[in-house]
Amino acid sequence: MKILIKNGTLITPEGQQKGDLLIESGKIAAMGGSLDAGNAEVHDASGLLVSPGLIDLHCHLREPGYEYKEDIASGTRAAARGGFTSVCCMANTSPVNDTVSVTELINAKARKNGVVRVFPIAAATKGMKGEELTEMGDLKEAGIVAVSDDGKSIPDAGRMRLVMSYARHFGLPVVDHPEDPNLVGGGVMNEGYWSTVLGLRGATRVAEESVIARNCMLAELEGAHLHVAHVSTAGGADIVRQFKARGVRVTAETAPHYLYATDAWVEGYDTNTRVNPPLRTDEDVKALVGALKDGTIDCIATDHAPHHKDDKNMEYALAATGISGLETALGVCWTALVVPGCLTPGQLLAKMTAAPASIFSLPGVSGKLEPGQPADITLIDPESEWTVDAAEFASKGKNTPFHGKKLTGRAVATYAAGVRVL
Amino acid sequence: MALSKKDLLGLRGVPASEISEILNTAELMKVILASNNKKTPHLQGKTILTVFYENSTRTRLSFELASKYMGGVAANMSASGSSVAKGESLIDTARTLDRLASDVMILRHSMTGAPHLMAQHVKASVINAGDGTNEHPTQALLDMFTMKEKLGGISGLNVAIVGDVTHSRVARSNLWGLTTMGAKVTFAAPPTLLPPELAAAGCRVTEYVDDAVREADVVMGLRIQLERQQKGLFPTVREYHRYFGLTPERIALAKKGALVMHPGPMNRGVEISSLVADGEQSVIDEQVTNGVAVRMALLFLLTRRNVQ
Repeated sequence: MKILIKNGTLITPEGQQKGDLLIESGKIAAMGGSLDAGNAEVHDASGLLVSPGLIDLHCHLREPGYEYKEDIASGTRAAARGGFTSVCCMANTSPVNDTVSVTELINAKARKNGVVRVFPIAAATKGMKGEELTEMGDLKEAGIVAVSDDGKSIPDAGRMRLVMSYARHFGLPVVDHPEDPNLVGGGVMNEGYWSTVLGLRGATRVAEESVIARNCMLAELEGAHLHVAHVSTAGGADIVRQFKARGVRVTAETAPHYLYATDAWVEGYDTNTRVNPPLRTDEDVKALVGALKDGTIDCIATDHAPHHKDDKNMEYALAATGISGLETALGVCWTALVVPGCLTPGQLLAKMTAAPASIFSLPGVSGKLEPGQPADITLIDPESEWTVDAAEFASKGKNTPFHGKKLTGRAVATYAAGVRVL
Repeated sequence: MALSKKDLLGLRGVPASEISEILNTAELMKVILASNNKKTPHLQGKTILTVFYENSTRTRLSFELASKYMGGVAANMSASGSSVAKGESLIDTARTLDRLASDVMILRHSMTGAPHLMAQHVKASVINAGDGTNEHPTQALLDMFTMKEKLGGISGLNVAIVGDVTHSRVARSNLWGLTTMGAKVTFAAPPTLLPPELAAAGCRVTEYVDDAVREADVVMGLRIQLERQQKGLFPTVREYHRYFGLTPERIALAKKGALVMHPGPMNRGVEISSLVADGEQSVIDEQVTNGVAVRMALLFLLTRRNVQ
């Protein structure tokens, strides 16, 4: 079957160009000025951007174990609805993805129920306890693309050093959720003016930054590839910048909510604003945008963390942390970065396509529109103004602080390996 | 005039006109309290529930008495003897209580924001009787009532608030209420008990108690919870008292006739010495009486909302 996407603006490594794109047998068969339709089904993309499918290095699909929050079927549909064609799912399931059998279960479920590509990330330590290493070699053969105890940090620096050393041998990136639990000290939002005003316990930014610094030093020591998860502070970005300048193999992501929402949003105690790391300040938002522009932060990942309302509908400090982010990521980033002119559409999309593909060396996925590549393609309406309605989410997790917000820019069609999934 | 909102969740954002209305009404209530026949019909037919997830002596009893003096039906739910102990969520408990025909629910809870959550799920008016480390608005109202009664007004007063500011809901409610009413607030505490960026909220902040107390019209001590010492926020009770306690020497730095206040319960010899607590400048006992008058006024004004 052939599909001809006509009259769009193609986002290619060389830049933007008006043109057509032909999909054949699930691959990009041709790209160019004006292609012959032949017997292909035609998809008119006038006024739309034809982008490589978005790639998310950091999401929580919750299966196995927490299917009441999300499963691979609903999570990948949410991904498709948000314009994502590849997602990497974190290991904090139940049981934890720390063995080949769990990885194989996720792969099997993804083949059976998933509508986009799913790349599992395995735990770095057994049971995510921060102690014994997982069987990273076997896990890599089973298809994992990175190791991470995401959801919590590895507090013991000695253990983290071993994780880095061993992961380097197998060429696996180590993704760390940087957080010193002692410095967090039970804090439930960013420590600062708003935690003082709202009477909630604050978590200092240093809890995140000190662990980023420690991990960068360990990555330098071991020659490992450290990928810093969800950088949320100006200081965290500064540390990454310094270590990159020293030639350390460190990459970094931030999440859409850290580019748009701040701790002022916690007023009213809406638990949908509770996320870890917490929403920070306007100054942090500005610094993170700068860090995206100068390349310090390599990519944007959603940290999609769906929760059931029973885990959110309670006192602020008791509520689960996390934001259901796959379906708002593009709109939030477009509104925060492209509309005000901080990034061009091409720059933003590179941070959500080619850059993440290359950070994890995703097999068979380049994140670029090139003939011969799988037809993972997202059509984006850059002018579309829309209002977030969590009830419409394909994700089971309706937990979003963006409900009711007006955004600009959204995915209007998603093709995964040539199959239309949105 | 009545109050503009269904609930009193905090004093932050409450306009001066409404605070004045409550304080003025409380003056009338205090006259009733001082009379032989402490009875008015203002809450007849109304059900007032005190819902306490934390211990309380003064606040719960003064709400209960305020309700009863005005002819309301008052009942109490405490967390330990209720379905809460069986794991019922706050929202489910709130909905259950709402269906028990309550007009006003008075909530004390260890979690910041709990009354806000409850208010979203019930028809009854919710009064915050202390939530976590956030607010305790009726305490600040009775504090302001006491200042106004003793000193003739609130605007222009220098109020020093000394103690564990970080964890104090009394501190925050007084900050919002007093600054709205035109007073100048200075907080003093060791740095380990001061929250960040407090001065940006419109007050003065110092780590030296003498600086705060000097020329103050009112000196208010805040309770030091002794478990804070175990968490390492100060080394010993002895040293705390020496550097940060309200002693006669420090009170002497305040204006002549300055008021000494404390929300209770006190740790004598820790945040306040007995000489100060029992001294002639102390109005601590009167604060308790005024608490009933202020709560009568508030219940009256909140339940009048629907009448108008």
